Amino acid sequence: MTEIATQELLSETKDGVLTLTLNRPEVLNALTMGMMKGIKDALKAAASDKGVKAVILAASGRAFCAGADLGDLKKRQAVKSFSLGDELRDHFNPLVAQIRALEKPVIGAINGLAAGAGASIVLASDLKICAEKATFLNAFVRVGLVPDSGMTYSLPRFAGYSVALEHMWLAKPVTSAQALSWGWVNKVVPAESVLAEARLMAAELAKMPPLALALTKRAVNRSLEAPSLDDQMEYEAQLQEILGRTKDHAEGVTAFLEKRPAQFIGE
Amino acid sequence: MSDILVETEGKVGIVTLNRPKALNALSIPVMDAVAEALGGFDRDPSINAMVLAGLPKSFAAGADIGEMKDITGGAAAEKKLARHLSHWDKIGNLKKPVIAAVSGFCLGGGCELAMACDMIVASETAVFGQPEVLIGVMPGAGGTQRLTKIVGKNVSMEMNLTGRKLSAREALSLGLVSKVVPIESFLSEAIKMAHIIAAQPTLAVQAAKAAVLAAVDSKLSEGLEFERRSFFRLFDSNDQKEGMKAFFEKRKPVWSGN
Repeated sequence: MTEIATQELLSETKDGVLTLTLNRPEVLNALTMGMMKGIKDALKAAASDKGVKAVILAASGRAFCAGADLGDLKKRQAVKSFSLGDELRDHFNPLVAQIRALEKPVIGAINGLAAGAGASIVLASDLKICAEKATFLNAFVRVGLVPDSGMTYSLPRFAGYSVALEHMWLAKPVTSAQALSWGWVNKVVPAESVLAEARLMAAELAKMPPLALALTKRAVNRSLEAPSLDDQMEYEAQLQEILGRTKDHAEGVTAFLEKRPAQFIGE
Repeated sequence: MSDILVETEGKVGIVTLNRPKALNALSIPVMDAVAEALGGFDRDPSINAMVLAGLPKSFAAGADIGEMKDITGGAAAEKKLARHLSHWDKIGNLKKPVIAAVSGFCLGGGCELAMACDMIVASETAVFGQPEVLIGVMPGAGGTQRLTKIVGKNVSMEMNLTGRKLSAREALSLGLVSKVVPIESFLSEAIKMAHIIAAQPTLAVQAAKAAVLAAVDSKLSEGLEFERRSFFRLFDSNDQKEGMKAFFEKRKPVWSGN
């Protein structure tokens, strides 16, 4: 068990599960550059660490994340060459892309409000456990901006065109019940159980064959952009060819025939 | 560990760029070795097709900038690099088909090398570009010529003038690559394709390759004339007789290679 604690972001690895905790509860975990870099570095290290089987994104206090730290942003915006577009390209977009590209399960443990970029990061996670009291908010319109960090890509795919626009145009919060009904989150539980539920899910995933999890994530992500069923089936065939040669596949089949639990090694 | 690996698998010759620490930068000794190995396979009667592969992280990140940074003056550059750059032309003129197996960085001289091959099988992680402008030069081994003939003037212009890179998917949609596969199988897929080609009648394969290259290099009427002559000439081959006979006898042809 390792523990690297900076003030803004806590990182803990236990039983093959890396938990990253946003830790600025006094400002509802508003995202600073330092926090985002911390998450990016931790995910990069996790990508090549065989000991990490799953990642939980969690937060301290009553909110998950209020979005970008606007105070921090204002300061940087004072510089003449500042570009909001580059801000996204350099910091927010790579983080969202990295969560999706990480070939390990990422579970969002949403203990409360997730707004703006906070909501986008949650959306980018693979599985989500959500507090009953949690809400999702995109209030970009109130400051004259568009929702970003992938929100306009993901939300219409979950909620449909009109509901997505209503949420974004009128800054109308999404409740946990709505989020569940759209398939945006996997499970809604009382706030105090969110982290425990996420850990249960992570523990279950940690026992699965890692390469199969990884390639399944790749395939599901690709399916969102696949040109056709035939094309995606060919892709599945390619992946199956790869996995069919792994030790974990052989072990899974043997264990099934021997009626015992399989011991996967990630090879 | 050697900078390139040379092996054969049946009738397929495989050359793998292997300088992981330099992301497969194409230095003068590396390109000497690549050109020699591919040229050797081209002359070897037991080989019918070739694969030129990179490593999963990088096909080739470019030329070896270290070899160039201290050159001053056009004459000195020509003296030092003309022979080096001619290797790309030589590879583009090989008689037997060469498939590039590309994953990761395929930039600058690397992209030019992949384009000098006859087709490209790419992994999903492949990134193609001609970013020479970003270091104050331009492509010198086909990056403005082959790229333009493949993806068209405007996209080539954008890539050459801004250094913008193409993802594997973009490269597929622009016709730069033939196939995009998961990273784990880019090499096996390229080898598979090479085996399919290697199993075809060699005279027909090589004549077709030469005719396709003629299309890139000539005007339509000349290309058509070249094609017609090549087509007629294949009727002097035994494989033409065997191929057409087998077609009517509803059996698989047995190629003699002549």
